[in-house]
Amino acid sequence: MAEPTVIVDSLEVVYRVYGAGGDRGTASTALFRIIGRKTRPAIREVHAIKGMSFVAYRGDAIGIIGRNGSGKSTLLRAIAGLLPAEKGTVYTICDASLLGVNAALLEDLTGERNVVLGCLAMGMTKKEIKEKYSSIVDFSGVGEFINLPMKTYSSGMGSRLRFAIAAAKDYEILLIDEALATGDAEFRVKSHERIEQLRDKAGTVFLVAHDLEEVEDTCNRVIWLDAGKIIEQGEDVIGIIDRYIDASGGEKVARDPVTRKRISAPEPASA
Amino acid sequence: MKSTRISSPGQLLEGSAGPIAAGAEPDQRDPSLAALAAQYGLTPSAQRAPIGIYLRELAHRWSFIMGFATARNIAMYTEAKLGQLWQVLAPLLNAGVYFLIFGLIIRNVSRGVPDYLAFLVTGVFVFSFTQRTFISTSKVITDSLPLIRALKFPRASLPLAYAMIELQQMLLSMVVLFVLVLLEREPLTWYWLLAIPALIMLTMFNAGIGLFAARTGARVNDFAQLLPFLMRTWLYISGVIYSVQQFVADHNQHYGWATTLIEVNPAAIYITMVRNALLTSQRLSAFGARPYNAAYCAAWAGQPVKPAGVTAAAWAHASYLVKHQPPTTRYPLSQYGSAYCHPTFVSGHLWEIGAGWAVVALLFGFWFFWRKEVFYGRG
Repeated sequence: MAEPTVIVDSLEVVYRVYGAGGDRGTASTALFRIIGRKTRPAIREVHAIKGMSFVAYRGDAIGIIGRNGSGKSTLLRAIAGLLPAEKGTVYTICDASLLGVNAALLEDLTGERNVVLGCLAMGMTKKEIKEKYSSIVDFSGVGEFINLPMKTYSSGMGSRLRFAIAAAKDYEILLIDEALATGDAEFRVKSHERIEQLRDKAGTVFLVAHDLEEVEDTCNRVIWLDAGKIIEQGEDVIGIIDRYIDASGGEKVARDPVTRKRISAPEPASA
Repeated sequence: MKSTRISSPGQLLEGSAGPIAAGAEPDQRDPSLAALAAQYGLTPSAQRAPIGIYLRELAHRWSFIMGFATARNIAMYTEAKLGQLWQVLAPLLNAGVYFLIFGLIIRNVSRGVPDYLAFLVTGVFVFSFTQRTFISTSKVITDSLPLIRALKFPRASLPLAYAMIELQQMLLSMVVLFVLVLLEREPLTWYWLLAIPALIMLTMFNAGIGLFAARTGARVNDFAQLLPFLMRTWLYISGVIYSVQQFVADHNQHYGWATTLIEVNPAAIYITMVRNALLTSQRLSAFGARPYNAAYCAAWAGQPVKPAGVTAAAWAHASYLVKHQPPTTRYPLSQYGSAYCHPTFVSGHLWEIGAGWAVVALLFGFWFFWRKEVFYGRG
């Protein structure tokens, strides 16, 4: 049996949201709430992951699919150790790195500062950063905007830079959160190549994507989540994806009956 | 174009996926998972590192902490027209406001204090270092949540970085302070060097309370609302505006415990340390700076009756000096008389107490913050 790299053991994650209460948020309602001995003001618990277990092995590339809000990104954050578990545990062989485009850095600082600070926070030395700085900036393709504050960036530019920073390091466990959905066609090709490289070096890759063809092309296993639970998981990538599409009312994929490859795909994903 | 992208998935209820749902989650609630993890040496991902390793990690991130602090400091005033000039203007205006009110409008508080303007400005600058650190670190976790949820690093870096931001601001304020103090004709002496260890201790203390405030602010949202009131109370009991010595002299007889509390409170300690270092007037008027003289001390404190054990002649002489000493006198008793007082607590103990506060605050704050390391990502 291959060596396990990530073990998720009956994991539960709960977000606490403040200010989500139904009252009008006035001083009088707050007073009545205190008099009425109700608990914390307008606090709501969102049970994002409701008990999940699986094991990932070295060499696995695991696609995580599911509709918005099903807990995909939360699962990745929990694996990366960025979010505390309410119950259960995630065991990892080493620190996992989350490659996300939603990772906002410091909006009022320039792109250049963000590159340096992001790399420092990831634990790189100043020398390493100096070596990699220009390749990060080139990769992100933000060009001369690198000297402007990040809040002036378009959302595509911002996420490209964030991805470039996060991808500057090699990882053993790699968590990729919808990285390929951002940017223009050219950037998608570049980032796809970078992920392939990282995958070759990494022991285990998790890929969250709405792009099911991407999952089909890159993953040997799939976990299908819905409402914080695993609906199905296994190595039958194509079968699970087809059932997921079925269940969510999507358009059926035309497949070759023998090879089960897509017929209608107009272009390979890595083109 | 991907033909299979699902733009709007339909209803997907639990178990509605038909036959496949039955075989789902094959290793759910497997008791052997923990054993498997142990067998291959896997460790919990959201586990708090032991304090030694955590400290090493933190030291490794020191350039991040300093870089973050500098970058934030630069970004703070980029929107303002005067830009970085505000780093100097803000403390100046701050001192100006207090001087307007307590130096010009309410004159009573400056009683018994030599060189009140320098005294006031030093106090305001030193206290605002602590105040700003406390308030900004109470919001640091909430402010940096996106960063915390994106990258893994020792979270203590963030409050420490905020403390460093305030230190940089404080160093600029110190330059302003030096100029003001020299303009007030306070002499430049070797004693000024004592401001350096005083500032180091103060920074350690601030880092400690910053770590404390960061955890408290992250866990209890109401803390940030309460903090300004706490800070203002602290300001008024720490002798920033009036002289703690005057207060001690006034109340030592009946409320000895209260005056001791006010004297050993860390803000008062550090303010007095910096004042004694920079201001010759403060050093010479500090408790215990001259040999004990009950008559001079009581007369300076404005006591109406002769203290016991003082001859009538000495008392009359002291009272005369306080009221009628010519303004050209070098060290008028009305302002420097406090030097003749020797209460139980004198300035000689300042350094020990200051160092004690610094170490205790830093150790406790660090331990307190580290305990909840894993939970800061939750928000």
